[in-house]
Amino acid sequence: MKWMYSQRLAPYLFVLPFVLSLTIFFVYPVLSTFIMSFQEVLPGQTHFIGWANYKNLWDESFYTALWNSSKYTFWTIVVLIPLPLALAVFLNSKRMKWSGFFRSALFVPALTSVVVAGIVFRLVFGSLDASVMNSIRHLFGFETINWLAGSTTGMLVLIILATWRYAGINIVYFMSALQSIPDELYESASIDGANTWQKFWRITLPLLKPISIYVITISIYGGYAMFTESFILWSGNRSPNDIGLTMIGLLYRHGIEKNELGLGSAIGVVLLTITMVINVIQLRLFGLFKKED
Amino acid sequence: MSVRKFNPQTLLLLVLFVILGAIALFPFYCLALASLKPSKELLRFGLNIKLQTDLLSWHNYSFIFSKGGAKYITWYKNSLVITAVYTVLCMLFSSMVGYGLAMYRFFGRNLIFFFVLLVMMVPIEIIMLPLYKQMIALNLIDTFSGVILPFVVAPLPIFFFRQYAAGLPKDFLDAGRIDGCSEYGIFFKIFVPLMTPAFGAMIIVQALASWNSFVWPLIVLNSGEKLTLPIGLSSLVTPYGNNYDILIAGSVLAIVPIMLVFVFFQRYFVSGLTVGGVKG
Repeated sequence: MKWMYSQRLAPYLFVLPFVLSLTIFFVYPVLSTFIMSFQEVLPGQTHFIGWANYKNLWDESFYTALWNSSKYTFWTIVVLIPLPLALAVFLNSKRMKWSGFFRSALFVPALTSVVVAGIVFRLVFGSLDASVMNSIRHLFGFETINWLAGSTTGMLVLIILATWRYAGINIVYFMSALQSIPDELYESASIDGANTWQKFWRITLPLLKPISIYVITISIYGGYAMFTESFILWSGNRSPNDIGLTMIGLLYRHGIEKNELGLGSAIGVVLLTITMVINVIQLRLFGLFKKED
Repeated sequence: MSVRKFNPQTLLLLVLFVILGAIALFPFYCLALASLKPSKELLRFGLNIKLQTDLLSWHNYSFIFSKGGAKYITWYKNSLVITAVYTVLCMLFSSMVGYGLAMYRFFGRNLIFFFVLLVMMVPIEIIMLPLYKQMIALNLIDTFSGVILPFVVAPLPIFFFRQYAAGLPKDFLDAGRIDGCSEYGIFFKIFVPLMTPAFGAMIIVQALASWNSFVWPLIVLNSGEKLTLPIGLSSLVTPYGNNYDILIAGSVLAIVPIMLVFVFFQRYFVSGLTVGGVKG
């Protein structure tokens, strides 16, 4: 056992758990996703079928799922970047009082599981006359609607749910970045005669760029990986006309519910490719790969 | 502090945030209210925001603790066991790996760190099918081990511990060696205590993630007495809503422990949840 105590070997023993876990639960599954996507996987008689899974996956439900996931990702980014950024700037301003308390209040929804959040939103956006959102509509003279029956209102509920759960986390991200901006920058800008608005555009916003890129990147992966929200709101993986079907929902439907592991894997590969391409485009657009000038 | 002391901008901001805070907390009010109303009422009329004090009672809660709520109590216990075991193992492994990556220079270190970042980026949902197949092959379907093992060496805490350990003075390592301590003794006796704040943040974040996790336990577990809280609750959500008595009060009881921990250990949540945003 003495060899275990050598200084040269010690680092390898420290990282061993990760290497094992990486091999068994990441590298192997990722590789087998690629392999299975070219196979028909049946108990005892798995065989290669070339590109057939990739040819077969372009049916109507695929386009619906891709469209839903893309819409969801798009709207969550449109709402969940500027809004938390502005709120973080407000909370961080010297004029604000009790900002720690308000930050916590806005953060609390992030503590709930998606399941519990979905259960609450089913109640709040219930289809009956007396349920919360419909009774608010009545105050403004609108009639009762069945929120989860239409694709537009259904998507709206998903976006509101996402905003409610994630705004607080993104505020915390932006606030931690804001707090790392040195005060001297603002002081010297004031001496040069810059007003608040100019300071925001010329100092704050450019210095928030790295954290914004990070938040956008995780939002793209998170948006396309959305599944549970829809699973709970529509009580299972089936919604009327698939209005709540997401890419992961489709993957789950083929891979787990119908046991078509090959086709499910092909969907997984396509999804991974889409999210990576969008992220590379996004990162290029925001100039992460550009050299600093 | 009197209101006159505030200038108009401060007042405007306060009004804005009081409204936003109320909106953020409103769904909790709705959930608490619904948990006190009879399920028949919710089924027939939906959730009315009005208090309707004559309808409110603790009946749903007493039902959970009666014979009828036995399955809920089982799910609660399962979630507690899985969260506890997961969190302890995750802390042990990820602190080891993070420490190893930060303290030693060795062949393959950068490659391993690259993989830590890569695994952090890929959503688990994308690899769930082959992982499911892997679980069948390893005979881990419908077991707690199957829920815990694949994610117990988690990249996010590894990254966090690596960053934290990199900021600690390496002199302790040399001092320990001179005193004749083994490499592992140095880690457990000197550095683990030094990393206490990092453990605080990661314990909270990982326990929260495990308590709330849904997709993977949904795939691995299938017999009723093994379900975790989120899966069990989701099984009560049906198009007919006929399980409201356990569902709503059960949801309240599922978030109460998290809220309590949050109130007492808030700063750990904040530092722990913004891990990825820290520049590497």
